[in-house]
Amino acid sequence: MQNSVEIKNLDLQFGAVKVLQNLNLEIGKGEFLVLLGSSGCGKSTLLNCIAGLLDVSGGQIHINDRNVTWAEPSDRGIGMVFQSYALYPQMTVEGNLSFGLKNAKLPKPEIAKRIKHASEVLQIEPLLKRKPAALSGGQRQRVAIGRALVRDVDVFLFDEPLSNLDAKLRADLRVEIKRLHHKLQNTMIYVTHDQIEAMTLADRIAIMRGGQIMQLGSPDEIYGQPINKYVADFIGSPSMNFLEGNIKNGTFEMGELSIPLDGYEFGDTGAATEGAATMGIRPEHVVTGELVESTPFQVDVEVNLIEPTGSDTLVDCEVAGHHFRVRMDGQSRVSVGEKLRLGFAPARASLFDAKTELRL
Amino acid sequence: MIDTTSAPLTGPQGPKPRKPFSRRNIFLYGTLITIALFYALPLYVMFVTSLKGMPEIRLGNVFSPPLEVTFQPWVKAWSEACTGLTCNGLSTGFWNSVQITIPSVILSIIIASVNGYALSNWKFKGADAFFTILIFGAFIPYQVMLYPIVIMLREVGLYGSLGGLVLVHTVFGMPILTLLFRNYFTSLPEELFKAARVDGAGFWAIYAKVMVPMSLPIFTVAVILQVTGIWNDFLFGVVYTSPDNYPMTVSLNNIVNSTQGVKEYNVNMAATILTGLVPLSIYFVSGRLFVRGIAAGAVKG
Ligand SMILES: Nc1ncnc2c1ncn2[C@@H]1O[C@H](COP(=O)(O)OP(=O)(O)OP(=O)(O)O)[C@@H](O)[C@H]1O
Ligand SMILES: [Mg+2]
Repeated sequence: MQNSVEIKNLDLQFGAVKVLQNLNLEIGKGEFLVLLGSSGCGKSTLLNCIAGLLDVSGGQIHINDRNVTWAEPSDRGIGMVFQSYALYPQMTVEGNLSFGLKNAKLPKPEIAKRIKHASEVLQIEPLLKRKPAALSGGQRQRVAIGRALVRDVDVFLFDEPLSNLDAKLRADLRVEIKRLHHKLQNTMIYVTHDQIEAMTLADRIAIMRGGQIMQLGSPDEIYGQPINKYVADFIGSPSMNFLEGNIKNGTFEMGELSIPLDGYEFGDTGAATEGAATMGIRPEHVVTGELVESTPFQVDVEVNLIEPTGSDTLVDCEVAGHHFRVRMDGQSRVSVGEKLRLGFAPARASLFDAKTELRL
Repeated sequence: MIDTTSAPLTGPQGPKPRKPFSRRNIFLYGTLITIALFYALPLYVMFVTSLKGMPEIRLGNVFSPPLEVTFQPWVKAWSEACTGLTCNGLSTGFWNSVQITIPSVILSIIIASVNGYALSNWKFKGADAFFTILIFGAFIPYQVMLYPIVIMLREVGLYGSLGGLVLVHTVFGMPILTLLFRNYFTSLPEELFKAARVDGAGFWAIYAKVMVPMSLPIFTVAVILQVTGIWNDFLFGVVYTSPDNYPMTVSLNNIVNSTQGVKEYNVNMAATILTGLVPLSIYFVSGRLFVRGIAAGAVKG
């Protein structure tokens, strides 16, 4: 597959603060890449570098096999959508959509054609004569997407486009963006805090931390085989349970408990490593009730706390002195103090070296 | 449905009752009224005096309204009062002031707004140093600069002309106006600027089509500041222009302080009110614009 965006050894610093360090990233044509990471890790900065809104301190950026490191934002073939919509408040929706095209000195009929097309795709035709102030949040964000759309670019950059919207609208627009991507088939780079957005939209997710990419992979990989403890902890809600212990002779030993590691696929060597380690197991991979009998590892616990969320019920308990959460069906009836038998398959767990925190 | 009727409430409910003559109110309104009188009384005295004839003024009832209203003092102040040798009243000074104020206000606001825009959005090399120097300029006492500027104006051949004074006003308005505009533009969402750049707008296009339309309130503030400042200026007017080009404030001074003949208080009062009329009307006109401007600017990006 041909690459649409290539970032090579990118460095960016503000004065003495290094925000991005030696970052490399290749994004294929038509790919939907999500940048995910905690606040301040440099996601927006990376996006601004790709857009040309920040001068890089080192490295190169290629878009469609053209070195655009020094090119103006408007010459890069990108469109950008911002969290705060950033619509020009004194222009109508039509004015907002046509601003970029007028700057590019496109002929009038062409401008009209593109606006018509974009407003059809985004269903904003009735709003064209309004000012942004007279639009709802969802409509504003649609206009902002339209502004990128009319420019007929190859790469769309989204910086947390949905995070100013309420939960329901966010879910709706998320679906709409996904549909738009299917239809247009252009490259999209999308920054978000929201895991659900990341998991549902992405072809690949890049988990960022401290200006570097920790893991780059499909949502399945990121969720199922997190490369280190940070990624494992970051992805998934409620977050992963961690148990500390030792690996010895193919079992994970933790005080009196020992968990057989049959079926766990070790990375690199393929053979079981020995020594201190952390086991991570997701709350949704722990089973209760009749299903327990079929799992290789079982343990009895006492319920400390329950959090019903409607669809699920989260149960807090303790396993060998470690805080442990279990996700049960919303219909299940449990009460605090009750004894519960849990089971899980180590094959679905993740093991991390206790020191390096890397996946074993 | 949830049942929304309930038993009648007892105890405090609804708005809290307030005593109209509480000690707090008496103190508050007492202070406000006193201060208002303090400012309004001189204006009242000026106005009634300007409508009286000299014989009535000599009676000495400063606060009494005119027995016989006459507009003669106003006419005289405008077109006949003597300033030194000539007797053209304030009219010449008025037109000079108009010719000084309008170009100075327009020039200084255009330059300062572009400065502020460049400083806040296009962080060029040395922008911070430039800004610091400019702000420092706001704190240099005018008196220090008076004479050097006389020499500079003389060297470029603008000394004594209206153009020279316009230049001086434009330059002296720069620090405070640039600060004003820079702070306003910095407060606008940065993403708008970024969006405009992605849309391919250049330096001037972003300024004219994105920034200026959003900045009505700050332009209004700048106009008020500059018009009143320049119109009321006396020092620069008297130093940098020649008698033919004296602004209205200087003419007023010459009329009021003229040593020939009797002191015509009614003419002096009328002349003073006439001179103050322009800043006053600016407040009235743009005050309303100002409110409207703020309302328009309240639209969030
Ligand atoms: N102009 C600047 N000067 C100095 N430091 C900056 C500047 N802009 C950003 N930073 C720093 O760079 C780091 C990355 O910022 P960035 O905005 O890219 O984070 P982010 O990942 O987008 O965070 P968020 O999810 O909160 O939007 C932060 O630590 C921030 O403090
Ligand atoms: Mg950000």
